[in-house]
Amino acid sequence: MILQAAAVGVRYRGAERPALADVSLAVAPGEFVAVAGPNGSGKTTLLQVLLGLVHPDAGTVTLDGRAIGEWNRRALAEVIGALPQREEPAFPLTVREAVLMGRWARLGPIAPAGPADEAAVVEALARCDVAGFERRTLDTLSGGEWQRVRLARALVASPRLLLLDEPTAALDVGHEMELFELLAALVASGIGVLVITHQLHLVARYAHRVLLLDRGCAVSAGPPAAVFTAETVSRVFGWPVGVMRWTDGSPLIVPLRQGEVLPPGALSSTSSPQGSSS
Amino acid sequence: MTRYRFALPILGIGAILALLIALVFGAVPLTPAAIVAALGDAASPHAAIIRDLRFPRVILAFLVGGSLAVAGAALQAMLRNPLAEPWLLGLSGGASLGAVIAVVAGFPAGWSVAACATIGALAAAVLVYRISVVAGRRLDPRILLLAGVVVGAFASAVTTALLAVSDPFTFYSATIWLFGGFGRASWSATWHFAAVAAVPLLLLWWLARALDLLALGETTAATLGIDVDRTRRLVVVAASVLTAATVAAAGVIGFVGLVVPHALRPIVGPLHRGLLPAVFLAGGAFTVLADMAARTIVRPAELPVGVITAIVGVPIFAVLLRRTAA
Repeated sequence: MILQAAAVGVRYRGAERPALADVSLAVAPGEFVAVAGPNGSGKTTLLQVLLGLVHPDAGTVTLDGRAIGEWNRRALAEVIGALPQREEPAFPLTVREAVLMGRWARLGPIAPAGPADEAAVVEALARCDVAGFERRTLDTLSGGEWQRVRLARALVASPRLLLLDEPTAALDVGHEMELFELLAALVASGIGVLVITHQLHLVARYAHRVLLLDRGCAVSAGPPAAVFTAETVSRVFGWPVGVMRWTDGSPLIVPLRQGEVLPPGALSSTSSPQGSSS
Repeated sequence: MTRYRFALPILGIGAILALLIALVFGAVPLTPAAIVAALGDAASPHAAIIRDLRFPRVILAFLVGGSLAVAGAALQAMLRNPLAEPWLLGLSGGASLGAVIAVVAGFPAGWSVAACATIGALAAAVLVYRISVVAGRRLDPRILLLAGVVVGAFASAVTTALLAVSDPFTFYSATIWLFGGFGRASWSATWHFAAVAAVPLLLLWWLARALDLLALGETTAATLGIDVDRTRRLVVVAASVLTAATVAAAGVIGFVGLVVPHALRPIVGPLHRGLLPAVFLAGGAFTVLADMAARTIVRPAELPVGVITAIVGVPIFAVLLRRTAA
């Protein structure tokens, strides 16, 4: 089971430049892949292409070797769990009702939810650290709780791949870390995770591979330590940064203040991992 | 576990009570005993009133009201907006225009009028959708409602123009019919309506889970396994056919599709497997009682039933509008 995009290009009608040009990416079970890039760099478009919601003008997207457009949405929903960027429920559901909706691809239009489905809801809620929330209505949840309930809904059908679009936007550092730890645990259990995020420091610490997008093009791809060089990150985000090494050798990106000059040796501005050698 | 387990039997009992009450009250008030006698014995004194007039009338009012409420609930889920309703979205206006064109063109009454009403409702739905999508890239619910009201106003203007140049008899009968009401109800009209409405009602019930997911937003719905475009098309066609059938059977009746789902969502919850049957029962009961009020308040004359539903519906619409804008 592998989700693969090859040389994908997308141009929205009337747009000056393509939203995506020649972008390739693959996610396999047990892999933690991140997509980073400035606002408007095509991250969300890429996710929609991977989900088969936007049809690329060029290139191919395949899941298990089969074109994504040939999958019917129910079959796809059983394999890929997704957390789209924005979601506001129109009517006040309970947490149980909302999470159970993650099973409907499996249940179809008529079959009632059985004990297995109810058990899956309880288990998914526990896994996302919102156990016991079943009877609460969605409008009573905090931002962090709502994200974890949505994650439980994405997990309740036991997908093998998980695609998330800025899952920690508007979350504080504690909730952000809880969510990434949860994702890391899911990856360890064999699920493939693709996450779009602005949190470069989290990408650096959690992702196996990162794809850096800029204006629809892939600037760099590979392990975070190779992709996040001071030169590349400064250029792509249009702001000077320094890159240090954390104790585990992962890159630590520090945006510089205006006029700030790096004292020699204080920060590494090259890609060579110095922290691990000291 | 499910919130509607207790609500549905209670609503069912309530609906039967509403039907019985509506049988009792009318231009000629009857006792329940007289009604039972009439139902059991064709030769009883009031058999004709009960069997041929009042009974088909309350049954038709029930089916029409239930269908309007189901159409409203389905449109609200699809558009993620509790203000959506067949009349406000211009579907009823389009259906009336289609039906009036059929009448003015001299098509035989019955199926051809219903077919033209359906075409009119579908055309209005497509037009409203096109206008809203052009006005803003994303489907803004407020623009959609404005577009619905505008298309409805346009359809009503064309309808008026058509009637103004038609002969007095057509003008009179079409105007009475456009007012909305069950005064011409008969068993054959009731069977016609039931036959047409059954398919879209069952289709919407089959789509109940898809409606739940659509109410979460199109991207979420798609990732949870829904073919969004196909589902939307089915919902629009089903709601248009239902609306057209109600317009052909009883003229334009607004606000049932707005008031009833709004009142029931807090009780049975927003999941459509329970909500759709519940609003069908409650919408039917509401319309039966509204029709009873329409034919008793100014007895022996009759008010159009749409007047009653609007008196109840407009304040609720105002409250919902304020809440949505907040």
